[in-house]
Amino acid sequence: MMKDMFEETAERVLGDLITPELIIASENGAWPEGLWHAVEENGLGLAAAPESSGGVGGSWHDAFVLIRAAGRHSAPVPLAETILVNWLLGLAGLDAAPGSATLAATGGDLADGRFSGTLGDIPWGGQAGHVLAVAGGNLVLLSSADGSRTGAFNAAREPRDTLTFDSASPVALAPLPASWPPETLLLGGAMIRSAQIAGGLGRLLDTAIDYANQRIQFGRAIGKFQAIQHQLALLAEQTALASAAAEMAFAASETAPSPAAIAAAKAVASEAAGQGAAIAHAVLGAIGFTYEHDLHFTTRRLWSWRSEFGSQSYWAQDVGRRLCRQGESGVWPAIMAMTPARAAKG
Amino acid sequence: MRLTDFAYAPIPADAEVFRREVRDFLSREMRDIPPIQRADSWMGYDAEFSRKLGAAGLIGITMPKRFGGREAGAFARYVISEELLAAGAPVSAHWIADRQSAPLLLHFGTPAQQERYIPGIVRGETYFGIGMSEPNAGSDLASIGSRAVRNGDGWVLNGRKIWTTNAHRSHYMIALVRTEAQADDRHGGMSQFIIDLQAPGVTVRPIRDLTGAEHFNEIFFDDVALDPEALVGTEGKGWAQVMAELAFERSGPERFLSSMTLLHTLVEEIGAEPDSLQAFQIGRIGARLMALRAMSLSVTAQLDQGEDPAWAASCVKDIGTALEQEMPEIAQLLSASEPRVDSGSDHQQVLAYLTQLAPCFSLRGGTREILRGILARGLGLR
Ligand SMILES: Cc1cc2nc3c(=O)[nH]c(=O)nc-3n(C[C@H](O)[C@H](O)[C@H](O)COP(=O)(O)OP(=O)(O)OC[C@H]3O[C@@H](n4cnc5c(N)ncnc54)[C@H](O)[C@@H]3O)c2cc1C
Repeated sequence: MMKDMFEETAERVLGDLITPELIIASENGAWPEGLWHAVEENGLGLAAAPESSGGVGGSWHDAFVLIRAAGRHSAPVPLAETILVNWLLGLAGLDAAPGSATLAATGGDLADGRFSGTLGDIPWGGQAGHVLAVAGGNLVLLSSADGSRTGAFNAAREPRDTLTFDSASPVALAPLPASWPPETLLLGGAMIRSAQIAGGLGRLLDTAIDYANQRIQFGRAIGKFQAIQHQLALLAEQTALASAAAEMAFAASETAPSPAAIAAAKAVASEAAGQGAAIAHAVLGAIGFTYEHDLHFTTRRLWSWRSEFGSQSYWAQDVGRRLCRQGESGVWPAIMAMTPARAAKG
Repeated sequence: MRLTDFAYAPIPADAEVFRREVRDFLSREMRDIPPIQRADSWMGYDAEFSRKLGAAGLIGITMPKRFGGREAGAFARYVISEELLAAGAPVSAHWIADRQSAPLLLHFGTPAQQERYIPGIVRGETYFGIGMSEPNAGSDLASIGSRAVRNGDGWVLNGRKIWTTNAHRSHYMIALVRTEAQADDRHGGMSQFIIDLQAPGVTVRPIRDLTGAEHFNEIFFDDVALDPEALVGTEGKGWAQVMAELAFERSGPERFLSSMTLLHTLVEEIGAEPDSLQAFQIGRIGARLMALRAMSLSVTAQLDQGEDPAWAASCVKDIGTALEQEMPEIAQLLSASEPRVDSGSDHQQVLAYLTQLAPCFSLRGGTREILRGILARGLGLR
């Protein structure tokens, strides 16, 4: 199965190459050239792009495990973003972006085939080679080098840049497919963050279990105390919720981002992120509050990712409005419709 | 599978076809059932409804054809269950028999037992109770004291059971009792028996619950004669059998859909234009329901493949019952409607009823603390 192969490759490439030192260097502004080279060599960024556009031809659902793994390993590169952008470009009939790519959820203007506008909150905007944006009903791929950059960082010191374009020529351009919602890029971003959160929570759970089994207090491993066991059970529940919800969003989005499923997934994952991080920190005690211990690489990302591309509140309200519009008899069918009965492909 | 994976498991097309059937049935049979009755959900007892559902071929769907079943898979049963629950259908009469007694008998019973009991279950005519809890054995089920002593080729049973749902209107109970006074192993020396609730020496006394209704019971066994055919499975292996039964008991969508009627009346009460607080809370419930449904489908896939879904089921049940219990709490925050009994709007009555019922969601079928213990074991902490 493609999915298993992706998971294996991701574990090998990301698990081997991403060390705390690499993350620290990245948080201080270094671009991890070696890691990105390995990502490209293994075609990870092209996982869900169709073969016709230069991709690997995996389904979007298959790409879920890759993006979850990127979250699990705190990958300090725009891997999730690149996979998303290349998938969307492929669906729109465009070639995959060369190198790394990212996206802007806010739009700009297109006049005489040239793009102008200020795009904020772009993940890795200064590092990624290309930025995907929406303008005037078009999907527009821009060269990041054509924008002037104002740098910023999220709580995990991942770049979240602003790029200003003034009459830039797009590298590629295609009309937004008719079936796609106008907020496609916001939805796409929310979807990848949900999967990354699920991966990050899985990492927290493993770290916290290991610690609980080995830290001795009162003469026994703290994992033997029922209070700790129940906290870890709750962390496992939140991890499972986030993972199931995120995967469902991917499965529902095979041919275009599926708004209701993505809204629900991001609402669930964002809430789980906060609860999971709090539990992991409680279980690890003071050592988990140090810079030395690598717990914070994950928790600081969870605290950032939960707010990016729409917070829990933003997306829960979106789901709530959808359900209320359905009225009494439409609530259950609407919830069911978020979970597709059959995979659209494969 | 990793404990937190819950891989996506779509409902196969051959199971999805049952949805039409059950919806057609419900649109005929639920027309006159008001919301306050729907709020009872799988605690709502209506033998006539169960018989009609059986006649429509929608009970015991996974059972062999020779017993009247349709040899469908776990997903077919899932589809039927979720439709019945979402509609608030009164399924309590046959629910336990369909969910766990029939599968238990199919797995561990003798051919004679299967022939004797399963066809009636499938027709929606034969109802079962679960005889696990005793006054001194709640969460600590292994401390049961009811005891069956050998007598000729049969047994004589003495002791008592408590909290047995529907025992006062069921035909049989499958009880876990002791067949050895002292076993070396804490989980040894126990066996499961089918007990005819009309048999001499069996006394069933309903216990009123806090809503004033009678759902559960106290059962006394005074020298109840059990013939050899009463033993289910293997003597002394009752504990392992009960654990298998509990996996069925905990795995279904009833562990997150019990409060659906309240979500329905709440949405109706709020209307098409919720304020931001209302939208947030309704959306939070809806989003979690989606996630729980995805997880529940994953559990169903495990059941379908004959795997043991014990921890996955516990995970869904713990999250699901927490959500069900939150619903009345959220409902009373979002609207000014006060709870009303025997008067008021549908929403007010459903709110009053489910507010009172909610505490039991995380007790029946194993408490939240016990479920989290199972999860902790799955995580390698115990
Ligand atoms: C509506 C309803 C229907 C029911 N139907 C049936 C039925 O049909 N058949 C049947 O056999 N039973 C039935 N039960 C009984 C149910 O299974 C028990 O209520 C449940 O197992 C808990 O037992 P208990 O009530 O004796 O509580 P206890 O076991 O006394 O528990 C009380 C509290 O202590 C906690 N606790 C106990 N042990 C531990 C521990 N080791 N660690 C931490 N906390 C602990 C519990 O979690 C709980 O919070 C029903 C119960 C209800 C409410």
